[in-house]
Amino acid sequence: MKPLLRRYATVFIAAAAFILFLLVLPVYQAKALQTITFQAETMLLVIPPIFVLLGLLDVWVPREQMMRFMGPDSGLKGGTLAFLLGSFAAGPLYGAFPVAAVLMKKGASFINILIFIGAWSTTKIPMLLFESSALGPRFALSRLAIDIVGIILIALAIKALLPEKEVARLYRQAEKFD
Amino acid sequence: MDTLALYLIAGVCLAWSYLKDRQKTRIALKKAFKAFEGILPQFLVVLILVAMALSILDTRTISLILGKDSGVWGVLAASLVGAITLIPGFVAFPAAAALLQGGAGVTQIAAFVSSLMMVGVVTLPLEIQFFGKRAAFLRNILAYIFSLVAAVFVGWVVSL
Repeated sequence: MKPLLRRYATVFIAAAAFILFLLVLPVYQAKALQTITFQAETMLLVIPPIFVLLGLLDVWVPREQMMRFMGPDSGLKGGTLAFLLGSFAAGPLYGAFPVAAVLMKKGASFINILIFIGAWSTTKIPMLLFESSALGPRFALSRLAIDIVGIILIALAIKALLPEKEVARLYRQAEKFD
Repeated sequence: MDTLALYLIAGVCLAWSYLKDRQKTRIALKKAFKAFEGILPQFLVVLILVAMALSILDTRTISLILGKDSGVWGVLAASLVGAITLIPGFVAFPAAAALLQGGAGVTQIAAFVSSLMMVGVVTLPLEIQFFGKRAAFLRNILAYIFSLVAAVFVGWVVSL
């Protein structure tokens, strides 16, 4: 593990930029402080349960089982499962990345990982009801329909465009979760 | 409401795990904490970027961009705003509804909502950490293009 100071170097730079931003553009001061508090609250609230679930998933679900359900030979069933897993998840997209890493470590195939990320980003079932009541069922349902197509297309395109070597590297990197 | 469900699920799983095997549960929590600490610097950077982006792009600015007569440029601008910002759905949907009532176009709003959910410019540092530069950029570019297609489609269906 890299020394603490080096790992947090970018944070210090960003924090310095933020302070500079507040000083140079005082018009945005109140708004920026309010936003950072709100986002910090959301992140700190959402992140802990996701990581607890991740730890449990890593400890309890054996690799063989995940391979069977979402591995390279899981076919349509694996893709559907990945889609449902992402759609029923809660929380913003950045919560999906660490989950995807653990699924990769457990042997889920890359295409299923991509479907999972796509579903998590945009076809959230709890959010769908909310969207439907706010913007109308026509809006929400047509968006859902086109998004399902989009998720699959984007997953296939990334898989086709990303070199095998890079995928292998990502899997090796995901192994580090422990 | 979303978050509450998340805590409930995590709590039930944790309790079940603890009853079944205390040792394993302890390992799981240790792993959870290590993973969290590992990604914390990226989270903090994203947090600061979000605060700066959102303080400049407030609702007034956004509604100015998304007007009904804004046409293709409005759609492009809406999708760019959605790509950059990071707003939770339960805030974004009522805001989008209010903008619609305030005279914004359906296609513009659809572009905003779609790219808001699928594209994450400010969360790129996090995504790169897990998926590498190539996959992260590729996903965001493809998702951005797709959000424009989705917007046109939704706009068309709603107008039927």
